[in-house]
Amino acid sequence: MSKSYKDVKALQDISFDVKKGELFGLIGPDGAGKTTLFRILTTLLFANEGTVTVAGYDVIRDYKTIRESVGYMPGKFSLYQDLTVEENLTFFATIFGTTLEENFDLIKEIYVQIEPFKNRRAGKLSGGMKQKLALCCALIHKPKVLFLDEPTTGVDPVSRKEFWEMLKRLQQKGITVLVSTPYMDEATLCDRIALIQDGKILQIDSPAAIVGNYPKKIYNVSADNIYQLIQSLKAFKHQYSVYPFGEFIHYTDDRTDFNIKDLQLYLESNGLLNVTIENAQPTIEDVFMELAN
Amino acid sequence: MNNNNVIEVEDLTKMFGDFTAVNAITFEVKKGEIFGFLGANGAGKTTAMKMLIGISHPTSGKAKVAGYDVYTNTEDIKKNIGYMSQKFALYDDLTVKENITFFGGIYGLSRARINEKAKELINDLGLKDVANHLVGSLPLGWKQKIAFSVSLLHDPKVVFLDEPTGGVDPITRRQFWEMIYKASQSGTTVFVTTHYMDEAEYCDRVSIMVDGKIEALDTPRKLKEQFSVETMNDVFLKLARG
Repeated sequence: MSKSYKDVKALQDISFDVKKGELFGLIGPDGAGKTTLFRILTTLLFANEGTVTVAGYDVIRDYKTIRESVGYMPGKFSLYQDLTVEENLTFFATIFGTTLEENFDLIKEIYVQIEPFKNRRAGKLSGGMKQKLALCCALIHKPKVLFLDEPTTGVDPVSRKEFWEMLKRLQQKGITVLVSTPYMDEATLCDRIALIQDGKILQIDSPAAIVGNYPKKIYNVSADNIYQLIQSLKAFKHQYSVYPFGEFIHYTDDRTDFNIKDLQLYLESNGLLNVTIENAQPTIEDVFMELAN
Repeated sequence: MNNNNVIEVEDLTKMFGDFTAVNAITFEVKKGEIFGFLGANGAGKTTAMKMLIGISHPTSGKAKVAGYDVYTNTEDIKKNIGYMSQKFALYDDLTVKENITFFGGIYGLSRARINEKAKELINDLGLKDVANHLVGSLPLGWKQKIAFSVSLLHDPKVVFLDEPTGGVDPITRRQFWEMIYKASQSGTTVFVTTHYMDEAEYCDRVSIMVDGKIEALDTPRKLKEQFSVETMNDVFLKLARG
């Protein structure tokens, strides 16, 4: 499937499938094409080429059926700011021909957290509460597939963790979940992921298989002066990649017969102190950078 | 004020009615230090930062930034700091060059100095080809790198970065941090907030705010020791979950 906006190729010839009951992640930065993809899948945009089916229905021919069968939580808060929490929920339930009570078991766990504010206008809620309300509204008609566009962007690590625990429980209730995120560490929480950048899917697989296929050996390098360490590593004639990773630098070498001692001596001769070099495990982010480069 | 401190904060407090948004926080930041200012959404980070950059009046307590008092010298503070955030950084409908000229003018740089700085910035970031393009047409990662450089145009003593890398791709995010290291090496103090916990590891020292208070403040290594965990993410989860 492809989609262009004038000269900009937002999505270029992408193909993938998501299985029933799967928690599938679209992992990529701003501008990768994630939102465009969501809008096509939820029948809000037409693709230029290719075919797309959701829950067994064609996105163009059967768009009305799809709209009844999916839940969509856009990245931008899109509920009615001047309706209360309860009014928003009732409104969405009515639109879908259902009631708050009918599928209450599905949203109960999330709804109890915002219930104390049920008479507050949505526009006056905190970011975390807005997010929970939006999720309730997306679930009110018990969708077969739930689309979540960057639900955790700008959210702190604690709330992000809670949100993912919530997604896991929804999955256990039989809902297929398609979620996008720019946070690479969240990728490991999905069953399968697609790494996406500049409108292209770089790779699709389970997180474990994706890191398992990483072609290089990665070393954690540290020293007292991180900036000088980065500069020295980048100037090393055999370096293949040098990326800061938390408290270490992830280093890969372009030789097959690399030995640690060799690099250690080089760094020490550059005046670096307390140099340590150890084997490291690749992460999704290492794979992403390797593929994107 | 200790000569080596660029920020000094003592019992700084901000109340909105009965609600204490920032509750008697105390810390200092040294010259050239990269200081990570972390906390959950709603912990009080933005309110604290607004007081430090001179756009919100504290309820009580003391604070000096770049040597100036946050109650009485807010205009001097604004001249001596840089600021960028994820939300507001540059004007999308001005070109790269126009943005530089505009902000250089705001900071009171001479025309000659602005031209010199513009050339240097465009060279350093490899932007020759897009210097006359509207900023709105550039990828987010580029914008953020340009915004950071623009926030340093007037050689401020300290630069405040509010979630500068949110949504930025992993390679550009790392290039951005190399720019931070470089600024810090040349003596600029960097005060930064982030939700990427790997970036917390890049800071010299990190403070973590919970419900308006600073609950922890140390180097990443010592914080991990203190909480007997392997990563800053775990430190954060332990503290913020209570």
